[in-house]
Amino acid sequence: MSSDEDNVLVVAGVRKEFGGLIAVSDVDFAVPRGKVVSLIGPNGAGKTTFFNMLTGVYKPTGGTITFLGEDVTGKPPHAITQRGIGRTFQNIRLFQNMTSIENVLVGMHSRLHANLFNSILRTPGVKREEREAREKARELLHFAGLNRHENSTARNLPYGDQRRLEVARALATEPTLLLLDEPTAGMNPQESADFTTFVGRLREEEKLTVLMIEHDMRVVMGISDRVSVLDYGQKIAEGTPKEVQKNERVIEAYLGKAAVEDMKRQGLS
Amino acid sequence: MDAGGAIEQVGFRNQLRARWNALPQEQRWTATILIQLLVAVGLWFLDHALAEGFLLICAVIWLRKLPPLPWRLAGQAALVVLLAIFAATGNALWSVPIVFALGFAAFWIPTKQRRWALPAIGLAVAILYPFFEEKLFTMPVFGVFPDVYTGVYMVVFVMMAVGLNIVVGYAGLLDLGYVAFYATGAYTAAWFASEQFPHTRFDLWDIGVIPKDLPGVHVSLWLLLILAGVITAGFGVIIGLPTLRLRGDYLAIVTLGFGEILPQIARNGDSLFGFNLTNGPNGITPLDSPGWGNTLSNATGGFLPANYLTCCKRVLLGHQIQSADVFFWTALVLLIFTVFCSLRLRDSRLGRAWVAIREDETAAGAMGIPLMRTKTWAYATGAFFGGVAGAYYASFKSATFPGDFFFNISVFILCMVILGGMGNVWGVIVGASFLAYLNQEGLANTGAWINSNIHIGSHHPNLDVPLYSSGIYGLIIVIVMLLRPEGLIPSKRVAAELHEGVHDEPAYDIAHGAHDV
Repeated sequence: MSSDEDNVLVVAGVRKEFGGLIAVSDVDFAVPRGKVVSLIGPNGAGKTTFFNMLTGVYKPTGGTITFLGEDVTGKPPHAITQRGIGRTFQNIRLFQNMTSIENVLVGMHSRLHANLFNSILRTPGVKREEREAREKARELLHFAGLNRHENSTARNLPYGDQRRLEVARALATEPTLLLLDEPTAGMNPQESADFTTFVGRLREEEKLTVLMIEHDMRVVMGISDRVSVLDYGQKIAEGTPKEVQKNERVIEAYLGKAAVEDMKRQGLS
Repeated sequence: MDAGGAIEQVGFRNQLRARWNALPQEQRWTATILIQLLVAVGLWFLDHALAEGFLLICAVIWLRKLPPLPWRLAGQAALVVLLAIFAATGNALWSVPIVFALGFAAFWIPTKQRRWALPAIGLAVAILYPFFEEKLFTMPVFGVFPDVYTGVYMVVFVMMAVGLNIVVGYAGLLDLGYVAFYATGAYTAAWFASEQFPHTRFDLWDIGVIPKDLPGVHVSLWLLLILAGVITAGFGVIIGLPTLRLRGDYLAIVTLGFGEILPQIARNGDSLFGFNLTNGPNGITPLDSPGWGNTLSNATGGFLPANYLTCCKRVLLGHQIQSADVFFWTALVLLIFTVFCSLRLRDSRLGRAWVAIREDETAAGAMGIPLMRTKTWAYATGAFFGGVAGAYYASFKSATFPGDFFFNISVFILCMVILGGMGNVWGVIVGASFLAYLNQEGLANTGAWINSNIHIGSHHPNLDVPLYSSGIYGLIIVIVMLLRPEGLIPSKRVAAELHEGVHDEPAYDIAHGAHDV
């Protein structure tokens, strides 16, 4: 493992209990700078709960989350976003009745400074800030390939565009680390492939660090630098895509014990 | 026309509509005209003026169906000329053709210019209202147009509705205790501009308005408006901090509670630890009249009156300017300020954040919007305008009583927002003016009309219609909710939300978010 300075995010012993149910159990985890890390695991493995703890939606029952050297455990979502973690949601949570550009502008909220009083007065500073914000929002929409849809209401966008708009909105928060929660869910193979390219561009052109939950193995194996596997709230494997693919416990988690034994018999593993 | 046969229509109303639409246009139109004539004949027996008014409205609607040039223009011109002839021969007031001509003219404004032209016309009409109010015709059923005194009441309530619209319409926080802010403003004005505290003697900038040796605190109303706004906004923050963590129904219940606590304090505050704070059920009265003092009045050539109550001796455009007129214009200035702030905020960073919170709190939080702080700003801003309106109204009435601040007023203001169209300032203004008018004059006039025109033989119903006001407002809201839930002049976004729904799941793990594991 690389040293702590190279890790954007370091999670130590994080735990989440809902009553008696242990959703995430003492997970240690790190995201190296400038890499794409995938978090995979069967349904109900605790991936989204883990995400929600990183972004402050849930308070961890135990453990610490360190982001860029600062302890952010239990901080509210907006404070974590301000520090540079942007996210998308598993089931798209755009502001459905706002236009694309308004959605992106909301994402820029924490980077803008207009307050109640100078907004009412509409001081030259506020005007300039608003103009620049719109300019930047347009650039982001362009980057996400949504320039045609600038003034369309979010709910009227095609599904794939809504996903991309969510990413554009998350990028508007100027994140260091971008969390994508099943970004290709519901996409067809072509859209998934396009999306994989898009995430690659985020890493290459924007120098972003990406952590994503993903089910589509073609996407995971195609783009990830590292893969971590959660099962029943525990991290059962970690490594390069190749290593994880061969890991017995991973295969067991996905396909069951019988499958592993079956494969062993056939000499595949 | 062929859609009726293609899709099987469910429900009696839809079937009826489908059959109606299947008829050829000429038949439909003939039938409509016949029905309208029949209704007019029926109304004629009830009240001649009502039948005439009905026919006029029908004519206006039919004219809208004509091609604009030249036929609609010609028809409208003909109608105005006809009404002018009536006026010239003494069968109608001149105000009738003038109102119709202006109304028609407003519809000829190109759509692009309407956005600013209609508010500008509305404002001009409002400013000039005291000059032509007495010359206006009498409406059927609703009776005479509201007098200027009612006008002040209307403007003050419009102001409160626009303030509440920031909380309910923009940020989507259901506030059932808005009256608390109104009360805070009113009592602030009452404390600092009356003889409520006779053992103190304090004077600030109210020169020439009250005699020099009066006991009590006397601060100029203009300062008090700001002070009331600030105090009320602070009060809004105090109420907001514990309550705004809640959502939806829970928030509504807590605000309802606060809305009840305040008038109770006002009612029982005549001996708080032996101190007479609010004078109890007797209220605080009289309040100092607002004014600009003799120096300013003379310096502006009497444009700013020295004292609103004893104002004015001037005659302008053949109209003797009265105290109520000055109160009315001042209220308009306050309303313009409120609307201006409201519109500026809507299009600002904060306004976007409010809408985002209304649509999806969780996503808004994840986008870096501090939920508590942003909601509290909405609450404080709404409270500010409620406080200013309350202070001004108390000063206008020269009194404040705890009975003015009960729950029904909160609901009344909320009704204005819902009826007009949540989130749309112009809609709220229309809805609030209408309901405030109904409350102050409209219902009484309607009652009088019913009692004199609807009778069997010599048996008159003798209804006291204003007694049923709450029921009538309730009915209006039910009808609006059934037929047009987004209000009369809706904001596009709210209309879409009401028809398509929004995300609204809890953001923090107050409950066990087991579904998200």
